[in-house]
Amino acid sequence: MINKIALSVGNALAGVKDGSTVLIGGFGTAGNPTELIDGLIAQGAKDLTVVNNNAGNGETGLAALLKTGRVRKLICSFPRQADSHVFDALYRSGRIELELVPQGNLAERLRAAGAGIGAFFCPTAYGTELARGKETREINGRHCVLEYPIHGDVALVKAERGDRWGNLIYHKSARNFGPVMATAAKHTVATVHEIVELGALDPEAIVTPGIHVSCIVRIERVATQAGGIKVSA
Amino acid sequence: MSSYQKRSKDELAARVAHDIHDGAYVNLGIGMPTLVANHIPAGREVILHSENGILGMGAVPAAGQEDFDLINAGKQPVTLLPGGAYFHHADSFAMMRGGHIDICVLGAFQVSSTGDLANWSTGEPGAIPAVGGAMDLATGARQTWVMMDLLTRQGASKVVEHCTYPLTGMACVKRIYTELATLQCTPAGLKLIDKVEGLGHAELEKLVGLTIAA
Repeated sequence: MINKIALSVGNALAGVKDGSTVLIGGFGTAGNPTELIDGLIAQGAKDLTVVNNNAGNGETGLAALLKTGRVRKLICSFPRQADSHVFDALYRSGRIELELVPQGNLAERLRAAGAGIGAFFCPTAYGTELARGKETREINGRHCVLEYPIHGDVALVKAERGDRWGNLIYHKSARNFGPVMATAAKHTVATVHEIVELGALDPEAIVTPGIHVSCIVRIERVATQAGGIKVSA
Repeated sequence: MSSYQKRSKDELAARVAHDIHDGAYVNLGIGMPTLVANHIPAGREVILHSENGILGMGAVPAAGQEDFDLINAGKQPVTLLPGGAYFHHADSFAMMRGGHIDICVLGAFQVSSTGDLANWSTGEPGAIPAVGGAMDLATGARQTWVMMDLLTRQGASKVVEHCTYPLTGMACVKRIYTELATLQCTPAGLKLIDKVEGLGHAELEKLVGLTIAA
């Protein structure tokens, strides 16, 4: 019998090794798997490469992981935010490496990893600093840049509802990078707020089929906090 | 010196909105371009795309109704219109990169007369770089329009012969909407679409420092 339900975040993350590439879902705080990041901090893996759209908000979640000093490199599209001070300080003091990637390349490089694509040519960033040193080719009259996939050892994803086969649905724009990261890692862990019986999720509406999910953990629902913006007190 | 009135931010937003056709799929960049949504002429149905996986993005929610799982590219809470859809990031950027978005409206630091765009970095040493979806949008949308002030606070033109800031994309901007004039970028240089009443052509060229075809 297949049962991907893990009893705890600790169980789900037990195998994460030092030096892993960890794909972390979320766009700002929406879809950020805070409980799994806290679990990763407790688990203790270090020398990590983290892939996320941003670079953490405030002091919690990804920011807290960065603060431990266990992240060697961050691959992201938009690190600078109103509340990214933890990353900012690490970057300015040279304690973290940054690979800045246009957001569409970030998504597509993850997709390519999940789909077994060796590399792809795309016009984004042609002629800019972010394409410097990369192979280019003119295809159908457009200048394109060669981009390689981003493979994850582990993906941490926040979903809404799942079943024991690992099928997932998401919540509003918290879906963002979750489905594509789930396909791109060897070991994908998803949190859900509700675990339902097989057949209860509408098969026409399942977003991530369980084949891409290694284990799911149920967590309590906590309202997503604002992030990345200036919030008046 | 002739006398003319600059377009206010809302007048500029209305000027941009005037050119958005019924049925258009539109992505509005962070900052000033978001104002365009408030000025879509009555009777036109325009579908707003947000890079983080939304089509049919609606207005700001009422106070107390915010859900931070439903945000725009600037990470501010928004709503979804009936008929709207959510999708993941690779699909969202495929909409841009695949040429499915009719129009994107972006802010800019500089635009060149041939449509090169600089809007992601001022290249200052020590500044933390951030690009987000700007390069994908600028290059991928069917039409990229820029909405910005023509002049910096110091009076320098942000429309230039060659961008000095790091580029977002090459020859990607079709139109520039500003507080004084609307300009078209062509391989041969700038072309005038319109200007505010009372501003002479020669005076505009002097402010921009470039020839503008009438």
